[in-house]
Formats: sequence, structure tokens, C-alpha cells
Amino acid sequence: MLVTEQDRLRQDIDALVERHGHARSALMPILQEVQRNYSLVSPYAMQVIADRLGIHPVEVHGVVSFYSYLSEKPKGRYIVRLCRTISCDMAGKTRIARQLENDLGIEFGETSRDGAFTLEWANCIGMCDQGPALLVNEKVFTRVTPAQVHEIIAECRAIFGNQAHQLREGLHS
Amino acid sequence: MVDKNEDPLTVRTPRSMQAPAGQAATAMPDAIGGTIRAVIDGQTIKVPVGTTILEAAKELGIRIPTLCHHPDLCIAGVCRICTVEVEGQRTLQAACTYPITAPIKVSTSTRTVRQARRHVIDLLLSRHYGECYSCARSNNCELQALAKEYGVEFFRFGQKEHRDHEIEDSSYSVVRDMDKCVLCRRCVRTCIDLQEVGVLEAIGRGDQTAIGTFMNKPLADVVCINCGQCINRCPTGALREKDHIEEIWEAIDDPAKHVVIQTAPSPRAGIGETYGLAPGRALTFEMNTALRRAGFDKVFDTNFTADLTIIEEGTELILRLYNALVKKDPKVALPQLTSCSPGWVKFIEHFYPEYLPNVSSAKSPQQMFGALIKTFYAEKNGIDPKDIVSVSLMPCTAKKFECNRPEMADSGYKDVDFGVTTRELGKMLQQAGIDLPNVPKSEFDDPFGGATGSGVIFGATGGVMEAALRSVVEFITGLKVEDLYEHADIVPVRGFDGVKYLEIKIPDAVGPVPDIIKHLVPDWNWAKGATLKFAVAHGTANAKKIMEDIKAGGKFSECHFIEVMGCPGGCIGGGGQPIPTSPEIRAARARAIYSEDAAYAIRKSHENPAVLKIYEEFLTDGPCGHKSHHLLHTHYTARGKYIA
Amino acid sequence: MTAAHGNPSGGPSGKPTGGLTFATVDSEAGLKVALSGPRPDIVMKLRESGLRGRGGAGFPTAVKWTLAAAARGEQKFVVCNADEGEPGTFKDRVILNEFPDLVFAGMTIGGRAIGAREGILYLRAEYTYMRDALEAVLERRRKAGLLGANAGGLAGFEFDIRIQMGAGAYVCGEETALIESLEGQRGEPRNRPPFPVDTGFMGLPSIVNNVETLAWVACIMAKGPEWFKAVGTDKSTGLKLFSVSGDCARPGVYEFPLGITVAKLLEAVGGSDAKAVQVGGASGHCLPRSEFTRALAFEDISTGGSIIVFGQSRDMLEVARNFLEFFVEESCGQCTPCRDGSVKLLEGVELLEEGECSTAYLRELKGLSKTMQLASKCGLGQSAPNAFLSIVEHFQGEILGRSAAGI
Repeated sequence: MLVTEQDRLRQDIDALVERHGHARSALMPILQEVQRNYSLVSPYAMQVIADRLGIHPVEVHGVVSFYSYLSEKPKGRYIVRLCRTISCDMAGKTRIARQLENDLGIEFGETSRDGAFTLEWANCIGMCDQGPALLVNEKVFTRVTPAQVHEIIAECRAIFGNQAHQLREGLHS
Repeated sequence: MVDKNEDPLTVRTPRSMQAPAGQAATAMPDAIGGTIRAVIDGQTIKVPVGTTILEAAKELGIRIPTLCHHPDLCIAGVCRICTVEVEGQRTLQAACTYPITAPIKVSTSTRTVRQARRHVIDLLLSRHYGECYSCARSNNCELQALAKEYGVEFFRFGQKEHRDHEIEDSSYSVVRDMDKCVLCRRCVRTCIDLQEVGVLEAIGRGDQTAIGTFMNKPLADVVCINCGQCINRCPTGALREKDHIEEIWEAIDDPAKHVVIQTAPSPRAGIGETYGLAPGRALTFEMNTALRRAGFDKVFDTNFTADLTIIEEGTELILRLYNALVKKDPKVALPQLTSCSPGWVKFIEHFYPEYLPNVSSAKSPQQMFGALIKTFYAEKNGIDPKDIVSVSLMPCTAKKFECNRPEMADSGYKDVDFGVTTRELGKMLQQAGIDLPNVPKSEFDDPFGGATGSGVIFGATGGVMEAALRSVVEFITGLKVEDLYEHADIVPVRGFDGVKYLEIKIPDAVGPVPDIIKHLVPDWNWAKGATLKFAVAHGTANAKKIMEDIKAGGKFSECHFIEVMGCPGGCIGGGGQPIPTSPEIRAARARAIYSEDAAYAIRKSHENPAVLKIYEEFLTDGPCGHKSHHLLHTHYTARGKYIA
Repeated sequence: MTAAHGNPSGGPSGKPTGGLTFATVDSEAGLKVALSGPRPDIVMKLRESGLRGRGGAGFPTAVKWTLAAAARGEQKFVVCNADEGEPGTFKDRVILNEFPDLVFAGMTIGGRAIGAREGILYLRAEYTYMRDALEAVLERRRKAGLLGANAGGLAGFEFDIRIQMGAGAYVCGEETALIESLEGQRGEPRNRPPFPVDTGFMGLPSIVNNVETLAWVACIMAKGPEWFKAVGTDKSTGLKLFSVSGDCARPGVYEFPLGITVAKLLEAVGGSDAKAVQVGGASGHCLPRSEFTRALAFEDISTGGSIIVFGQSRDMLEVARNFLEFFVEESCGQCTPCRDGSVKLLEGVELLEEGECSTAYLRELKGLSKTMQLASKCGLGQSAPNAFLSIVEHFQGEILGRSAAGI
């Protein structure tokens, strides 16, 4: 049976609501999982979540727009978050930033056209003793040198390509 | 008989905005029972535990300036204008949020406090697009007033000189000018907490925080019900109604146009406020003169169609009851819900579309009048309806949306061309140089001149119900309402309780069926001994309570007729009424309305001779007949709450 | 008293640490003591120890717990604030990574002390990589009977801990904002009073404690209050972890008794030639060399332990800019002084950079800073101007009269 994207999203959200409950306090965990699975919290997702929790969609939008790790626009498969706060700044984040832009071909705040990378600034990620530091999704890289930037990206690309391949396989089988 | 358990306005308070104990101050003291000594600026006062510093200071006659605080809303404590010094506290405290729970010493006007307030005002001014001369709220702006009060002589931290946002005027009713927003969040609390509509919320974080709609869509594309309550509580010109003043002047100045205006009851009780009068003085008959002087060709009384609405809607109710109880028609939807409040109608279209069959098909008085002016009136006076410009004076911003509904053109033309608010008319009359409070009085124009007290009380919550009961009870029982309620004042449905409930037992002896509906109902035997159940709600948050109860099969699902008004207080608290608003102001306007009702010789809609006449002359097949269905009834649109 | 052993510590990608007191304490010993004695003994011991909150504000832990224990509520909560977002702070990362049992034991002790059944660890989104390991620890503790029904073997004592993730908002380190976030709201601080001990998560009595505080609670229970207060000062008892970063030879996590001077600390980390030190992170104060004699203690410079060292060549105006950019973005945006004041201060820094700021306007900005400190709704806004103010005060010569080129 053909299920539309929206149906699938709705089913996913229903499963999350089943797990986390209908109370407003379930909102954050639900949003976080939707964000992780879909790389965004779409307007439709916000409305379904609002409906299930008995709150207004604009309230969900208010929450999504408040937190840096939730987004209403699609993010890349890999979100590179470079710390720009003082210790990493002093440790040379500017050169890392430039190299990231050069190697990814995008600027901060942008997502690459293939949907693989989003490049963002982060405020202090708690790696001040080992700056410059960055996060790629959940993984932390410390004492990053401009020369390492390419390696980090290449590693992600390898995995991304692999997964894309698997995804295609899955669709055809 | 009245359910007193309902809290008048407050419904659900998000914890973020919850008052610590300030909000609870009204409820707490009795529970705790204690009082506490507070010394404010050297004056001593004993206050109940939990009273806020702001409230205590007010008792002492000490003014503490406020901005985000509003008497209708839960406490936010975000603007930080009301900060004061509390002995023993390292930082300044917001007087509006700080509950007095132990003896306390407060200074409200030290050098530090004054400096902090000045800074807050300076910061707000630096983000506010202060085009005061051309602003709708000039001289009625709380930011402007604060700047004056604190002697702002220059823009310490600069002034916003360029717009960052386009004015958002997609809605027929509400215009948003975000360059004037000071982020007090009154609109958010109004929309989410007071009205439970949920259109406006703070979006973003830090310096990017702004008040927005869902996905920042235009108001016309979201679930806004056009109630305009956000406008009433906006301290600046960031929210205002869509203004039609120029178009109306143009029509008046065009000799080819016949410009008529109908005036609803609530603006009469409010318009004096636009001239600086204290709330509660009705200027009904002065306004008639003023409108003629301003150039309107005819001035009609919307009360006429209010009475007509009662007959149509009352007949519809009787028919529903008859069909349900006697004919056992399972398709009959009960309770019947009123339809005169366009904010409420859009609310139900969005949030409870499955209950649209319950909504009375009778148009609102504004739209009934509009349809009659371009048919009956035009015919009678030999005027081509295309030359008529029909204006309605309403306390309401949602009426602007209502008159633009595509289905509201049964006369063959747009039934009502412009809905203007009390505020807009106040401006028009001032532009015309009319000293409203001091002009002589004059009557309404015929042929719709005769009105009753029942039409007048439509303006207050419970008014439609009272008017309907005055007629329906007499119809069925054959008794006089006066025999049941002194002076025909059905007091249980009056007042500002959020939800009111009333049962009336029909006696075993019933009256004859009145002539006007004889062709519809043969007799009243079926109603003998029945207990009719009624409810009244005002403000859509209270309406939501009722609808949720109906959905759950609760007590309101057994009601036969429910009046719902979209705005807190009913139309006297409408989104088009003068600013400010507060429970006291609405109560004063309501008093004006009820005393006008008491002064009428005829106080029941079915005794209105003009109404009876129109059924004889024009709507000859009677209430809910073919012609009335064509002109006076309508249908609704299931909109749902999902936005594409 | 000064037997301070500095220990640079890695964390997930750095070198492992050793030698911290936490490594020497049996995490379950404290829990055992707390669960075997009468309930009030717990806060009594904490009161004797003089333990004050390690997150920065330094509120006496015993007072907080006593209030929550006395508050009426059908349910109560122990919340561990692991939203370590203060720039320059990373000690909680190390504690959670290496001594999670101490923290969970501390939370369980808290549950016993105030009568809570549920503990919540609010972990910042940036630390998601630690989540699985922490969940595994919790599962192990459940299996060992340290959590769940009859937790720690105490009949009738039910206590469990769940982890809730933050979503990237510095302000959620403020306890009422954290609670808002737990409740699914925008992380906007609440009006206080009432305080969380009375009206916290879901409107019920809750204690919100820093990761390190809870770890010390477990240690104090294990080793006794006398052991704890043997070091430190009268008003600032015990040991404290410091997160040291910036221009020094050996950045990392260090443990010192409270009361240590800035100079001593700099010596230990190899930063003695510093030009200035930022104590307390973005919300803290910037100290010039002349103030290196000051003590890191609640009675002198209160800190959550963030120490950022600035070498001689650093441009202090750039430091001020970095911190203000941080606040402009991380302010919750709710109250006027913080939201709009931070922007005005940042614009002021830009004027200074361009050499276009009059002394009079700088004075105006100092006044505004004072208003922000006094009139903001929460601790974030109240401390947002601190760095700017201290830099403007101590380095006026460096920041005034620049040319646009910055020289």
C-alpha cells in the first residue's frame, strides 16, 4: 500500500506520542526525535504534534524557533557546528571556519546542495580546553587544525555516500 | 441557577507566564487568611498575603508605571518598567510580579529606579518605529505616555528610523505593524490565554525574538478569528484595525451615492470614551445628529435587526425543538448555538467544524440589516441599490471580515459595504469637527426606527439570551415575562461569569401559538412540563470550555440553546471598542446598555411594531419562511485548523 | 590547605584524568550512609559541611533542600542541571564522563532528602555523545537495585532517574528556564518568587542542582562534613573544580580548595604572565593583573569555575565583543534590559572599535549596564554586562580613541 510522506510522518508522531505521552512536557523529546529522523520539524509535523498534545501550532513553532538544535528548515545529513566562543576563538577558530567554508563550498548558515552538510556556528560546546572544537552531529572533534578539516569532511562524505547507496538499495528491494 | 464556579476570564495560564502569587492574589488571601504589613515609600498598608507590590501601591495611591501588565491578562513581568527597590534585595524587583509574603519595605521612586525606568523606555524607543503623528494610536499610546511621563528629551540609545518590516494587512480586520512592537506580549497572552485562539506567539530567541504567527504566515492565512482583542490590549500602534475612513468619506462626498449607516448598541456605550468621557455614558441620540452632520443620508438602528434576529433565531430554535421532540427527526442538531458574533463563528469554523449544523442559520443583525437595506429599503424608497453605500458601526473588527464573506451578498450586491469600528467613527467625527458630547439629540430614521430594549442588550454577554427568552418564554407559556422575572430582567443570564447556565421549566399550562408562527407549530402541548436548558459564554476560551464539554457529552450537550459571544464581556468589550479595556470599563459600558434597555417602552423583540410590519409587508411568508431564508439566513464554511 | 593537585583532564577525546578527589570516593558509600540514617540527617550533614552550589551562584545546598523537603506537594523532583553552557566551563563534562555514579548517587540522596520519586538529568544537546553511556550507567544502577523500587535497598524508597536532553539554549542553565524547557516550553525564565523548591517542575517542589554539587553531596555523605570543610574558607568550604582554558600552558580541569587566589591558580596552570583572567565565563568578571590577588570564593569572586586566561597580546575589546555577541544571541529575548540592552552594548563595542565612541556615551553605556544588572528578569540578563563593564573599567586606556584600523 502506498503511504504518503504525510501519512508516514503522522504515524511516526503518533508512535512518539504513544511513547512520550500527551502532556506538554512530552513536547521536547518528541520534537528532538522528529528533528533527528527528518532533519527538520516541518510545518505539518508541528501541526500534528500540536493537535496530539492539545496545544496551538504556533506554540510549537515558538518552541522550535527558540532552540538552536531544532529547525523548521531542512538541515543537512551532517551538521557541522564550529564553536565560536572565546576560548575556541583564541585557539584559532577563524582559520578553521575559513577552511570549512572552502572545503564545503558553503557559508555559515547554509546547507550544501546535496543535502549532506549544514555549516553552523555554535556557542560554547564545552571543549574550551581543547579548542578549536567542533561537533559533527553528535561527534566532537577537538584541537582541529585547518589541515584536518578536509579529513573530517571526507570521513562524513564516505559515510553519507554509503548510506545514500543503502537507501537506494532499500527502495529497490 | 447560575453556575458560579467558572472563573470569568482566565482559563489556562502557561506556566511561563504564570503569576507567582500575584494572579493568585485574588484567590489566595481567603485561603491563607493572613495579612501582612508593607511599607511603600514610607506609607504603611496591611495587605492580604500574596498581594503584589503593584496592587499594594495602588491601594496607597502610589502610581507605578506598567507596560506589559494588563488587568485582563496573566502576569508576564517582561517589560521591566515597574521595577522597584525592595529592602534586602540585591536587584530591583518587578512590582507587577512580586508577591508580598513577608513584611516588606519598598521604594518606588529612588534615583536607581528612575534611571532603570528611563533606560527601559529608552531601549524600547530605540526599537520602536515612532512615527507618532501618523500613528493610529497617537495620544492613546502607552509608550508615548511613558516617554512623556519620564521626560524623554532625546533618544539616548538612538531611534529606529527605517522600517524593517512591511505592514501586514492581509486580514480584513487586523493590521500588524511589527516595527512598532515593543514585545510586551500582551497580544500573545490575549490570543493564547484569554481567547485560546492561538495565532500569535513569540518566535525566535534573543535579539531575533519577534511576535509572529504560525510559520510567520499572513494573518489572513492562519486561524485568526478577527476578534481584535489583541488590538484592544496592544499598548502601541503595532496592532490596529483595517481602516475604512477614507473610503467612507469618499462615498459621502459622492453626490451619486446614498450613504446609510446602521449603528449597533455597543458603540453608543463606548464612543464617548473616544472623546475623553468616562466609560458608561451612552451617546445614542447625540450620535444620530453627529452622523447626519458628518454627511450620512440615513441613520438606522441595528437594534431593529437584532429584534428580527430574535424572531428568526427564536423561531429556528422552536422548529428545532419541535422537529426533534415531536417529529423525532434525528438530524436535528441541538443545542442551537447563536451566530451573531462573527469572531465566534470563525472560531467554530476552524476548531469545531463538526458542530456547524448546531449554529443558527440566522445571519447576524449587521448582515440582516445589510440585506434589507439593499432590497426592502431600496424598493420602498425607489433607490437603485447599486447607489447605496451601506456602512455599519460596530464594536467589532470581525464584522469587517463578516461583511466581506462571499456568501453575504444575498441582496445581489455586497450587503454591507463597510464595517467601521467605534474607534474609527470617533476619528471620523473628530475629523468632521463635531463635538459629539454636546450636539443635540435626534431620533433614528424610519422605516427601521422602532427598536426595543431587547435589541439594545445584545451588546452585553447574556443579552441575546435574555432577549430570546423574553420572546420564547412568552410564546410558549402565554405568560408575561414580568410574571416570571421582575421587570422582565432575566438576571441569571446577566453579568460577567465566563459561563452561565439557566434552566426554565415550562409549566403544564401553555399558551396559544402566536399568529406569527402558527403555520409552523400547531400547538405547545409537546412542550408542557419540559425543562429547557440554556447557557451563555463570552470570550472564545469560555466557548471552548463549552464545546469541549459538549464533545464529551457533558451538561452543556443537554442544553437547548447556547449564546456565545467571541469577545470577553460580549460586544461592549469588542475588538473595535475604544482602548483601553478592563473589567471595570466593560462593566460601565454594560450598565449603560442595561439602563437604556430599562428606559424603552417596548422591551421585547416580538412586540416591536416595525418588526411585525416587515413580516406583513415584505417577509410575507413569515419567520424562517422562503424569503427570510433567502435574505436573512446563511451557511458556514468548515475551515478546520490545519494550514497548508 | 593548599595541597592542590592540578589535573588537566581530557574527556571523550582528550587524555583521561586521574587524581581528582572524585576518583577516590566510593560513590555508593555516601548513598548507603544517606539511606541508612534518618532522613533529616542528610540536610543536617550538608548544613554542617557548608556546601554551596557549584554552578556559580553559591546558594547553600542545605537551605535549598530543607525548603524543598518542607514544601507540600503530591510529588517532588530532583533535577540535575547538566546544561553546562557557560563559556569556558567543561568540568561537568568531565564529571559526567568519568564519575557519573557520584552524580546519580547524589541525585538519589536528594530524592531521599526531599521525598522525591523522580530525578531528571537535563543534559545539554552539545553533550548528546554522552547520553548512551549515561543511560547504560542508569540501567546498571537499576539492575544493581540502586534505582527503582526500594532503591539502595531501603524498603519503601522509590527513586528513578531519567535523562532529558536540552536543545541548544544557554539560558536553560538558569533553573527556571530549565524547568520551562522540561515542561515543553520556550526556555524563558520565570518570575521569582516563587522558587522551584516550592513551585518547580509541573508546579511541584523541585530542587535543581549542578552536576558538581550533586557529586560533592555523595562525597560528603561518604566522608563526612568535617572532611569536606577541612579545606576552603569559612564561607566557602571544600574543594572546587575549575575549568581552565585560554592562554596557558596546561588547560584542563583542576581541583583546588575554594579561596585560592587567581595568581596561585595561574601558577598551577602555567598562565602566570597573563594580561587578564575572565573568572566565571561570559557572565563573570574580567580581572586585570592588579586583581590577581583576589580569592576564588563566594565571599570574593563567586564562580562556577570557568577560568579563561588572556595573554599579553589579546585585544580586550575583541573579548568584550565575543561575549556580547554571545549574549545577544543567547538572551531568551523576553525582558527589555537584557534583550535590547545587550544589543546596545554590542553596538557600543562596535563604536569603540571604530574609534567613534565619546566618553559621554561610554558613561551612558555603563549606566545601561547597571540597569541591566539590576532590572533584568533573570541571572543571565543581570550578568550579561559584567564582562563589558569590567573590561571598560580596567582597560579603558586600551579601548578608547582607536582608529578604524584598530591601532
